[in-house]
Amino acid sequence: MHLDHQDGFPERHTYSAAAPVRGDGTRRALRIGLGGPVGTGKTATVAALCRVLREEFSIAVVTNDIYTREDAEFLRREAVLPTERIVAVETGACPHTAIRDDISANLEAVEDLEESVGPLDLVLVESGGDNLTATFSKGLVDAQIFVIDTAGGDDIPRKGGPGVTTADLLVVNKTDLAPYVGVDLDGMARDAKAQRGELPVAFTALKQPDGVKPVADWVRAQLTHWTTATA
Amino acid sequence: MTRAALLVLADGRFPAGGHAHSGGAEPAVRAGRVTDSTSLETFCRGRLHTAGLVAAGLAAAAAAGHDPLALDEAADARTPVPALRSTARKLGRQMMRAARASWPSAALDALAAARPRGAHQPVVLGLAARSAGLTPLDAAYAVAYENISGPATAVVRLLSLDPFDATAVLARLATDVDRVAAAATRAADRIPAEGYDALPAASAPLLDITAEAHAAWPVRLFAS
Repeated sequence: MHLDHQDGFPERHTYSAAAPVRGDGTRRALRIGLGGPVGTGKTATVAALCRVLREEFSIAVVTNDIYTREDAEFLRREAVLPTERIVAVETGACPHTAIRDDISANLEAVEDLEESVGPLDLVLVESGGDNLTATFSKGLVDAQIFVIDTAGGDDIPRKGGPGVTTADLLVVNKTDLAPYVGVDLDGMARDAKAQRGELPVAFTALKQPDGVKPVADWVRAQLTHWTTATA
Repeated sequence: MTRAALLVLADGRFPAGGHAHSGGAEPAVRAGRVTDSTSLETFCRGRLHTAGLVAAGLAAAAAAGHDPLALDEAADARTPVPALRSTARKLGRQMMRAARASWPSAALDALAAARPRGAHQPVVLGLAARSAGLTPLDAAYAVAYENISGPATAVVRLLSLDPFDATAVLARLATDVDRVAAAATRAADRIPAEGYDALPAASAPLLDITAEAHAAWPVRLFAS
């Protein structure tokens, strides 16, 4: 086992959250944040990821609702994971504060989950719906997914903003609605490419069978990289 | 020491979780007791001279180097309702994380190890102040100010109150903060002669009652 701080930070550029190895020498879970505007399908993406990946990996979820515990309750009701693997953090009306400026409550939620139901392979940290500038702190997550949808209009990728331009994966959800809302998916893809360069974009229609596959495949690749890089 | 450390510790952006808490302002707004800047000032003054004084005394004592575990018990004794005990420990744990990153010390490590789920927040803050080389009076100031700045910020969000009016409330309460910080520090000074019972034990029963009720609300903006 190698500890990344012993030989010149080779992993720090990729994995910038807290140290990848816990105090007892075991590898901690990979943490992936999901952000994006209200109603684009963040919770639905989390639910679908849990359903697809839960047989392969040990997973837990932290939600950051704005004023309710609805997202956590939705996930529990859908039984995507055992209830003790889903924790809600209260954000005082500002989810972006809790995922970026003051991450202490989220870090404690993640660490508590590792302690109570661990060992975990993957923790999904979902932000409450917020604006196009809401991004996760690198002290909280190792990688982040930004979820937008076609119903929000095809100009969102062109407008950019930190979420669209810097997220490790941009998800454009509800592609099945594109014809009904007059959205040009090729144009969205071109605009996203212009804003994001080589960073990946996944087009999804979560209502369709296995609609989450492009996102799940990306998460699997992250997990493979995480386990080999910190093995 | 550097006095500037006090500015870091007392900054509302210090990442120790305070932003998610209203200090009892949310239930007071819902009940119609806080409706404007005048009633906000009344609320803050009451909170400052009760819960604020108690918290400032604990912080001053911790900053003076008194046993943090004994102070943690003293805090429990002065916090009768479970909802506020739980909030104080949650915030204490978050304060501990921020404090250890900012002013690492063996004393903070020892308290974190003894209370992994969190000690009462004012005790942790006082120990953080000590680790930063600040005085007991400094710690009392930080706690007293936070005690009213938290609710004032929350009420700006809850009532869409004019933020200039809310800040003016804090400015008008400045001499009250002076008095509370000084009284809290004097009480901590008496611990060697009189024991921990010298610390203030004022209470605000309505804050206790509404905190317990608020913790059971299904829909709320703030965690407390």
